[in-house]
Amino acid sequence: MVVPGIGTVGVVSTRHFHSQEDLILESGEKLGPITITYETYGQLGYKKENAILIEHAFTGDAHAAGLHTGDNKPGWWNNLIGPGKAFDTNKYFIICSNVLGGCRGSTGPSSIDPKSGKPYALNFPTITITDIVRAQKLLLDHLGIKTLLSVAGGSMGGMQALQWAVSYPDKVRSTIPIAAAAKNLPQQIAFNEVGRQAIMADPNWNDGNYYDRTRPEKGLSVARMIGHITYMSDKSMEEKFGRRFRETKQAFKFGGDFEVESYLQYRGNKFVKRFDANSYLYLTKAMDHFDLSGGRPLFEALKEIKAKFLVIAFKSDLLYPAYHSEEIVRACKLAGIETTYCEINSHFGHDAFLLETEEESRLIKHFLERVYTEDEENYEI
Amino acid sequence: MKYNTIRPDHEIILGQIEAGASVLDLGCGKGDLLQLLIKEKMVRAQGIEKAEEDIYSCVEKGLAVFHGDIDTGLSEYGDNNFDYVVLNQSFQQVTKPDLVLQEALRVGKKVIVGFPNFVYLPARLQFFFLGRTPLTPSLPYRWYDTPNLHFLSILDFTEYCSKRKIKVLRSYFIRKKKRINLFPNLLAETGLFVLTK
Repeated sequence: MVVPGIGTVGVVSTRHFHSQEDLILESGEKLGPITITYETYGQLGYKKENAILIEHAFTGDAHAAGLHTGDNKPGWWNNLIGPGKAFDTNKYFIICSNVLGGCRGSTGPSSIDPKSGKPYALNFPTITITDIVRAQKLLLDHLGIKTLLSVAGGSMGGMQALQWAVSYPDKVRSTIPIAAAAKNLPQQIAFNEVGRQAIMADPNWNDGNYYDRTRPEKGLSVARMIGHITYMSDKSMEEKFGRRFRETKQAFKFGGDFEVESYLQYRGNKFVKRFDANSYLYLTKAMDHFDLSGGRPLFEALKEIKAKFLVIAFKSDLLYPAYHSEEIVRACKLAGIETTYCEINSHFGHDAFLLETEEESRLIKHFLERVYTEDEENYEI
Repeated sequence: MKYNTIRPDHEIILGQIEAGASVLDLGCGKGDLLQLLIKEKMVRAQGIEKAEEDIYSCVEKGLAVFHGDIDTGLSEYGDNNFDYVVLNQSFQQVTKPDLVLQEALRVGKKVIVGFPNFVYLPARLQFFFLGRTPLTPSLPYRWYDTPNLHFLSILDFTEYCSKRKIKVLRSYFIRKKKRINLFPNLLAETGLFVLTK
């Protein structure tokens, strides 16, 4: 259905920023030179006051909206980004970059280490959410953007959005963390650890050195299957699969009789074609070690923040249940941050941040309009 | 600007609050009151509302609002965090009104409470002559689908305030969209109180 006034950003292309300077990591180590892959949609205002940074989730990429030439699958948040949409490209300049440590164009463990001429593999330094944000800051400096109208993202993207507000309180005018958390609790760390163990148990993993040989596809696929369970909810699985059997009988006894098994195998097998096992290890570690509070009471970590917050959670989210978002909201109250919070009634589980775009739009669109039109004099633009 | 459609209780609340004050509206609904207060008094406004659909309406009005329960939502706020806390028509709907009001008085310098008077004359007549749970413009719900959990009178409330040593700064009584002063416990549909510790 075509809604009048609401359109698509059309055909887009991915760009690469090669940083001249090294990135100083939180650990003190230097990493460089680095490449950050990104896409932009819309036009940067002449005062550069309308830039919004979109943060992708764990295994996402810079392709958030529009179509690549010859492809028919739009970007992962296409329903939210475009002319007349919540992130309105008629008004705002949208940037989405692939995370540091990932494998979708930006520097990560599968990139070539200039020192050895071979992929970094496990020689890639340990990175944090803060480092991912610092790398994005280099990109924004390169684009000449001093202040962000907003930073928004779901799941690990929400963690980055939160970290932006804490790391650069003078440069962020609003923050939209969705289905996110201020830190991982034991349950999320446990899920991630099972994924990591599955990868490392695959003999093809070979201590991370597999780039010139068979990749640890089995292990990575199992990791993805576990991940996928946490992205759905009991209800959405029941609705999607029930106890239905798959159509073709499997030759092997334990080939998987149920549709849900077949689905997970399909998702796992599809995933290994686009994702690097070592990136899986590095990025899950970054999430597990993420703690926005920095060891203080959370509200103290938020005290310098000037940004307005829009916090969104989903009722059936198994991975980051709403109480994670409520913890952020409580800290915002204590820190005196102007905050809006909504728990959207959805049965799609954690994946809802990609699916419940109509409800998200209603919140994000008006929230952004308010931030955009309010007094800008407190900010260096 | 003069409003033709402004609710009488909103008009009274508007008259209480000075320009630039900070206001927390507990059970802010679709945010009409906060929107009015921002427009007329440039208040710093925050709402709390438990109905998801109302959250969207509030955000569309540009309001900051928390989706949550007011029975539990105040503990993070420090003492006297707000100039005003408003409990208008939500007071009789909370699980523990005593606790919520004590909390509201802690976090707000002043608290404005508005509720339907359960013993308004037509209600009494319906009780007495019809033998049924009354239905009035301020108590429009059937017994089986009412959001109201507590049924109190103006007299109940003033007695409660003196027992709890809550200071009543001002009180207003409304009947058929007009303010009245005579025999409020019998003739008023709605009572509105400005309170402080």
